Amino acid sequence: MLSGKVFRYGDNVDTDVIIPARYLNAPTPSELAKHCMEDIDPSFAAAVQPGDIVVGGWNFGCGSSREHAPIAIEASGVSCVIAASFARIFYRNAINIGFPILECPEAAKAIQNGDRVSVDTATGVITDETTGQSFQAVAFPPFIGQIIENGGLLKYLKNRRKG
Amino acid sequence: MGMTMTQKILAAHAGLGSVRAGDLIEAKLDLVLGNDVTTPVAVGVFDEAGFESVFDPEKIVIVLDHYTPCKDIKSAELCKISRNFAKRFGITHLYDVGQAGIEHALLPEKGLVAPGECVIGADSHTCTYGALGAFSTGVGSTDMAAGMAVGENWFKVPAAVRVTLNGTLSPFVSGKDVILHLIGEIGVDGALYRSLEFTGEGVASLSMDDRFTISNMAIEAGAKNGIFPVDEKTREYVKDKVQRPWTAYEADADAEYEREVVIDLGALRPTVALPHLPENTKTIDEAKGMPIDQVVIGSCTNGRISDLRIAASLLKGRKVAQGVRCIVIPATQAVSMQCLQEGLTEIFLAAGCAVSTPTCGPCLGGHMGCLAAGERAVATTNRNFVGRMGATSSEIILASPAVAAASAVLGRLASPEEL
Repeated sequence: MLSGKVFRYGDNVDTDVIIPARYLNAPTPSELAKHCMEDIDPSFAAAVQPGDIVVGGWNFGCGSSREHAPIAIEASGVSCVIAASFARIFYRNAINIGFPILECPEAAKAIQNGDRVSVDTATGVITDETTGQSFQAVAFPPFIGQIIENGGLLKYLKNRRKG
Repeated sequence: MGMTMTQKILAAHAGLGSVRAGDLIEAKLDLVLGNDVTTPVAVGVFDEAGFESVFDPEKIVIVLDHYTPCKDIKSAELCKISRNFAKRFGITHLYDVGQAGIEHALLPEKGLVAPGECVIGADSHTCTYGALGAFSTGVGSTDMAAGMAVGENWFKVPAAVRVTLNGTLSPFVSGKDVILHLIGEIGVDGALYRSLEFTGEGVASLSMDDRFTISNMAIEAGAKNGIFPVDEKTREYVKDKVQRPWTAYEADADAEYEREVVIDLGALRPTVALPHLPENTKTIDEAKGMPIDQVVIGSCTNGRISDLRIAASLLKGRKVAQGVRCIVIPATQAVSMQCLQEGLTEIFLAAGCAVSTPTCGPCLGGHMGCLAAGERAVATTNRNFVGRMGATSSEIILASPAVAAASAVLGRLASPEEL
């Protein structure tokens, strides 16, 4: 069960604001985390606490293929991202690195900035503890579920090779 | 139920007779691409997983193009990781400063992508090669690592949006205007998870460079790929570049499309995208006049020879306006050489442009032309997100090379027809 305070943003949150290209040559995830969301919310990196949750609107993570984007969000301590929809490369990247994302237009619309939210990644149930509302995220296809269960694409490939 | 062109290529690479939209498949890869930003992350993932070989050193391409020639020590260290990885596994297609160029202009030019092939690249604009009738899509570094290790990857077979092109383009209207117009019509997630399948009698009139520009920005509509049918122009383009056998796939007559968009090429006007989304499009007639500080002509979208020819034709005998900086970046070494041989470089220099060696540089706010707070640029690049080219309060207007060159001369957002 994941639980934390919500940082809410709008539609089309792009990878350039998630981690601006001027920091892409940073050598470590923790270095990237220092600049996460800098161009959309300069206070994010200092305010975010382990477990906190990012909520976005439609097309979250659009733009560049930089895997640095989900890496920076994860390294910031964020436990998962909930959005109305995800841009496809961000969606792939998050799954491939084993970082939890949930697609749920209703939750993305209802949850407000600063709400406390808990997420059961096994069932996809999202609960806004501030308002008491619950939401059901779109389920992953079984194949993608396997990648997530294995902790990412490379671990999945290695485990499959062993098996 | 028939298949789209994209679905046919994916089915063939998955060893399946047919696929349907939504199917999850594992497809064999003909090429895996990375650059100086994404390859080091892939190398880290590859090593951490303990892989000790690559599937085929001839089918991996690494292009050092984003922060090169290296802008600082951190960038130099990243390039070193890519070079060492290439050396370790005998990857011959490593393109470094002096032989390189912007990856998506370079790969077609070197014959590294052929029609009907299945390509992934750890760069979102990998969709460019759809212009050749290939399936190609942008992925992240973990996908690149997996692709390098096992030579295949998973895909969700995309549903399709058919874009029918009719008529022919008017003077000063180009592939850039077609794709900006389309993104304006359908929005930045208008083709999310889908393929854009370009078709119609208007395709034949489009040059390969126009098609590269159109496919290049498929991602800006959220698309997985943007693909063109293979015709005489495609065959002519690959004739001297590709020696290996290749296959031209055609969509079935009864292929399924979720949505259809029809564009009359003859009715299009030069089109621009205002800050801060590529879908904020206006015709030049609606938008001209905005004051500007900088012009960038180049990038994987518009740094090819025909882009530079049209820009030079407008800058010839004219000067870049006082107070405006105009940066011209031929996309590859070969394009740079051609610019020299055709006298274009001299035209740019005489007009007061800065002409650079190939680099992605300013497009992503990396180097070679970042913007200060409050500055505004007209750029032939592909994204105008907040802070993309520099300060968060700077602005980018996306435009064609013709509009960019005219704007450089007139010192404001301008139509080439005004010159």
